[in-house]
Amino acid sequence: MTSFSFYRKLASFLLLIVGSHSLMAQTPPPAPATDEPELVEFDTSKTRSIAVPALVAPAPADTPAGNSAALGRQIAEVISSDLRASGVFETQGPNGLRAITLPEVTAPQFDYWKGRTVEQLVQGFVRVGGDGNLTVGCYLYDVGFGNETTRLGFNVPPREWRRAAHKCADAIYAKLTGELPFFDSRIAYIAETGPKGKRVKRLAIMDSDGANHRFITNGQSTALTPRFSPNYKSILYLSYVDGNPRIYVYDIDAGRQRLITQSRNPTFAPRWSPDGQTILYSMAVAGNTDIYKISASGNGTPVKLTTSPGIDVGGSFSPDGRQIVFKSDRSGSQQIYVMNADGSNQRRISFGSGRYATPEWSPRADLIAYTRIAGDFRVGTMRPDGSGERLLTDSWQDEAPTWAPNGRVIQFFRTAKGSGKTSIWQVDLTGSNERQLPTPVDGSDPAWGPVLP
Amino acid sequence: MKTNTIKMAAILLASTALVAGCGKKKVEQLPPAAEGTDYGQTQPAPDAGAGQIVPGSQEDFLQQVGQFGDRILFETDRFNVDAEDQATLQRQAQWLARYPNTRITVEGHADERGTRDYNLALGERRANSAKNYLISIGVDASRIETVSYGKERPSALGSDEQAWAQNRRAVTVTVK
Repeated sequence: MTSFSFYRKLASFLLLIVGSHSLMAQTPPPAPATDEPELVEFDTSKTRSIAVPALVAPAPADTPAGNSAALGRQIAEVISSDLRASGVFETQGPNGLRAITLPEVTAPQFDYWKGRTVEQLVQGFVRVGGDGNLTVGCYLYDVGFGNETTRLGFNVPPREWRRAAHKCADAIYAKLTGELPFFDSRIAYIAETGPKGKRVKRLAIMDSDGANHRFITNGQSTALTPRFSPNYKSILYLSYVDGNPRIYVYDIDAGRQRLITQSRNPTFAPRWSPDGQTILYSMAVAGNTDIYKISASGNGTPVKLTTSPGIDVGGSFSPDGRQIVFKSDRSGSQQIYVMNADGSNQRRISFGSGRYATPEWSPRADLIAYTRIAGDFRVGTMRPDGSGERLLTDSWQDEAPTWAPNGRVIQFFRTAKGSGKTSIWQVDLTGSNERQLPTPVDGSDPAWGPVLP
Repeated sequence: MKTNTIKMAAILLASTALVAGCGKKKVEQLPPAAEGTDYGQTQPAPDAGAGQIVPGSQEDFLQQVGQFGDRILFETDRFNVDAEDQATLQRQAQWLARYPNTRITVEGHADERGTRDYNLALGERRANSAKNYLISIGVDASRIETVSYGKERPSALGSDEQAWAQNRRAVTVTVK
């Protein structure tokens, strides 16, 4: 097969969308989660072996992100790394695997891969187009059955090559697990440096795998508890920039921020509604903290949702935006409550031993993650009715869970006893595959955003 | 500024020396210095001779209210002002009565064994408890600001009950 006919064939089945903010594959999205409320657990006893040889660069060419041949290997590395880090797969390659040829991309040598005890094979190509953009093709084969199970292609600016890799890994993960994707997403968090008594805390953002790290604030004033807006255009976070704890909404492109409310009272614990139209926050008035919501447009009136004399704080919307889970010590100790989005029907759902804090509703709606304080701090999950409580971590101080966009993985931060050093970790819903995220300095308050379009 | 730094060091030394044998509510260290915001800093002292303290200054306040008299301490998740705290706040109020133009910020803090958001709320409660008591014994409300630092600015750096007890505090700081 000539290169020309190869690309003609490709063009017939790859839907290529040009644009820096949207990557679309031709493959239909994976089936949505069922209504079954029970956990569908990963079968970690049968991790599947996936081989990811370097993507072929049929006509290597230089791009602003490097030569396309090098990119072919780097993309394979990211795909391999994503899948391995999910804990569900064992991966081989690209290191240690032979280079494949262009014709092999669509006609794999199944017998060869069977001989290497590979069950699934990921192959692809990367080509530099006349417009300077990259065309990345990604194919998944079942080696045992000897057939193709997924293919998709992307057209991306060279600087966004990692997103094509994440999208490819997402499609493979979704195909093989039946879960929704989550690799092509970002994380906002607080980067920490300095001694325990004088920590410097900066707002920072990064890709879900720690790449493309960027500091947003310079550390002159303490920054805490960020949350990406659903469209990734802005970040809610707490800053002491005027000397008091106040929530700001930071516009990433413009590099500007504004207070979410002009009140002189301290505001904290910000959250977006799932549609990005409403901001939920906590505000202390004369010492008493209650939960409020306000339009994200910047010119609405705050609506007070709780009125108890206790501390009502936090708050996280259900994915349909109709309910809010929050924490209150109105019973005498910190517990988790659920209310309707207008503040009505407030009811306690946590009744286990210990105190409960930082409830966070899963984007799949089926679970609420929280911090349980009973001596040590551990991250756990329960159903929205309070049943099915499960603890996922066991350390001295694990705190502040945030959900992966597919609701199968949870990030949190861990504080070390004594030194106060912090680090960001993630764990899946079985409580296994716990691993630390790479951050350039200490990290806390992670907030996972949705899958990018 | 150099003079000021030396004075601060002297106060720290004195604080440390007096710690031995203190009861459960005594503390060992002054809060850490602020990092460049308007967080209640020690007042810059005018050119004064070594050992002299300017009346009405933060140094004067610290000296007059007695050892650790600038703060009250709390039990876990609590914010009530007990009899010992009232005595401490009464000494602060007496000093404030002598310097009616001096304003204060009450800083509320929590120990590290709480989640971040709750500790911000708890620090605010504690600062307001101290503020409300000061108002009840005659300090004008307009002279008192509050700020919560949650668990962000520990005074004692250990991870044990003694350190946490010292960190659950409301500290009065003078503002020029």
